[in-house]
Amino acid sequence: MLGRTLREVSTALKQGHITPTELCQKCLSLIKKTKFLNAYITVSEEVALKQAEESEKRYKKGHSLGDLDGIPVAVKDNFSTSSIETTCASNMLKGYVPPYNATVVQKLLDKGAVLMGKTNLDEFAMGSGSTNGVFGPVKNPWSYSKQHREKRKQKAHGENEDSNWLITGGSSGGSVAAAAAFTCFAALGSDTGGLTRNPAPHCGVVGFKPSYGLVSHHGLIPLVNSMDVPGILTRCVDDAAIVLGMLAGHDPKDSTTIQDPVKPFTLPTSADVNKLCTGIPKEYLAPELSSEVRSFWSKAANLFESEGAKVIEVSLPHASYSVVCYHALCTSEVASNMARFDGLEYGHRCDINVSTEAMYAATRWEGFNDVVRGRILSGNFFLLKENYENYFIKAQKVRQLIANDFVNVFNSEVDVLLTPTTLSEAVPYLEFIKEDNRTRSAQDDIFTQAVNMAGLPAVSVPVALSNQGLPIGLQFIGRAFCDQLLLTIAKWFEKQVQFPVIQLQELMDDCSSDFEIEKLSSVSLKQ
Amino acid sequence: MSSLLSASSALSEDALRRLKREMWARAVKLGFRSWVGWRRGFTSKADPQRSDRVTAEVIEHLERLALVDFGSQEAVARLEKAIAFADRLRAVDTDGVEPMESVLEDRCLYLRSDNVVEGNCAEELLQNAHRVVEEYFVAPPGNISLPKQDDQEPFSHI
Repeated sequence: MLGRTLREVSTALKQGHITPTELCQKCLSLIKKTKFLNAYITVSEEVALKQAEESEKRYKKGHSLGDLDGIPVAVKDNFSTSSIETTCASNMLKGYVPPYNATVVQKLLDKGAVLMGKTNLDEFAMGSGSTNGVFGPVKNPWSYSKQHREKRKQKAHGENEDSNWLITGGSSGGSVAAAAAFTCFAALGSDTGGLTRNPAPHCGVVGFKPSYGLVSHHGLIPLVNSMDVPGILTRCVDDAAIVLGMLAGHDPKDSTTIQDPVKPFTLPTSADVNKLCTGIPKEYLAPELSSEVRSFWSKAANLFESEGAKVIEVSLPHASYSVVCYHALCTSEVASNMARFDGLEYGHRCDINVSTEAMYAATRWEGFNDVVRGRILSGNFFLLKENYENYFIKAQKVRQLIANDFVNVFNSEVDVLLTPTTLSEAVPYLEFIKEDNRTRSAQDDIFTQAVNMAGLPAVSVPVALSNQGLPIGLQFIGRAFCDQLLLTIAKWFEKQVQFPVIQLQELMDDCSSDFEIEKLSSVSLKQ
Repeated sequence: MSSLLSASSALSEDALRRLKREMWARAVKLGFRSWVGWRRGFTSKADPQRSDRVTAEVIEHLERLALVDFGSQEAVARLEKAIAFADRLRAVDTDGVEPMESVLEDRCLYLRSDNVVEGNCAEELLQNAHRVVEEYFVAPPGNISLPKQDDQEPFSHI
């Protein structure tokens, strides 16, 4: 049951094959078993069971709230959750309990979702590995998969199996690992520079970033206000569409959400691919791209062509500057956003009492890690009077150029862009930490970031396993507010590639009854 | 609480010196020891590899603005790399290009009507603060700047 898609489980709940409480308990038990992944910071067991009970009452009366009723979900720990600790994986917010729910969290709960817990991340979502939060790094479930272990056995012997575990990517690593390890059916991440779409392909899940302005980010502890978007992580594209339908729409508390009416939609089972024009940005053919990713990218392009779609090369001339531009804008906005953490109204507070300035300085020294402090200082440098024009304004102008590049491409015949999501498969933690955070982010966000600059929707879909038995994904980028078309194309593509399910044998042994094939036929899937 | 209230803004010279000494003593206790030593060392050495962007003045200025310490030589080096990285933007021709504030710049910002619809939750909000007196957040005395580097007394015990 835990390996099913959201839609399948929802159907099973409606048909009474399983109750919300049973489902919740199974997930809680699996969370305990997969504790070594360090995907969760807080497991909200009592809250989850209570929500599951209420959901069960609704189902018994026949008053279910919809497809999300009773479905276990997880939320990244930088979304405010009322009465549940929200830490952003930082000492600054350890023990902080928000008095309100982020809008997207509230929407999930209003639709009956069961909140399993808050997931791990890089501190304040700054990073591309989910390795530098104060609660420790997140381990990629695929490190323990049968598929990867079989490939590893063929290599060197004698190496300690567990010491070479792989990172998830970041910064929404916890959410991604939670979804990949079957402990929830959907998870929320935050996508500011690709932070949902970076870990998604590393863990074989679908990572979807909606158009900026479609989904409210009220309650998401801000990183870069002009780019922050809640990201949706699920095991298939269809599930992402279901969740998007619940979350999208104007929020009076977030003035950056558009006021256009938004209706939930159902994705068609097929797509008119032969009417499509797919663009391949030539600047994305980076020299650091692994040959395997390149090969899958090329095969995907061929797939579209073979189905009658037009596949053309396009140019995003300023793409190579998106990383630098993001760096300047992100650090500047971070410098501003992190100024709120002074220890007075919430969060960590040091013991110094001689003056406010000394107290603020010491609180921030104790509360933030090197990465956060580094970005704050860089940001403040770029915002100095003498530097403002040359760095901040300049970066904003470059952002305009990058956004215009996309507009030009989409104004021509292109409907969707097809690009890699990451340079390669997930790397071992020991290798990842050899480079510092900024270098890693600059390297790893190269394909995902320009999308945040332009506020476009994008989705990463797992494609296939590498030679090491690890997942590789590809990214589709759509026109602004054409999320439905984007997901339709992604769903069609997902069906063609048939990405394999992760085999976590040892973990599943106790829950083996859930994977009986005969259950499949009894669950009707009318779409 | 009495110590907070008794520190008024009109401090005598003596009192100010005592206060600064206390601050630095506290800072040292917290482990700023190596940081202070490094800062003094920084100004006394002329490092040929250091660029002229991140001078001692800039460091001090940034630390005051950000209320975040560099803490180490590495952090300064990281800032220099970050600046060098951002310098690549100069290569882009942005003549006649308007800066982009928001991707939704072509739309009107939503403004809701000015009606009070929520609030009255002082108790909930105060719960997250460490120091509270009745309905007030308690802060240490203000208008006291962090001591400048020059004002440091020699720390023979470091």
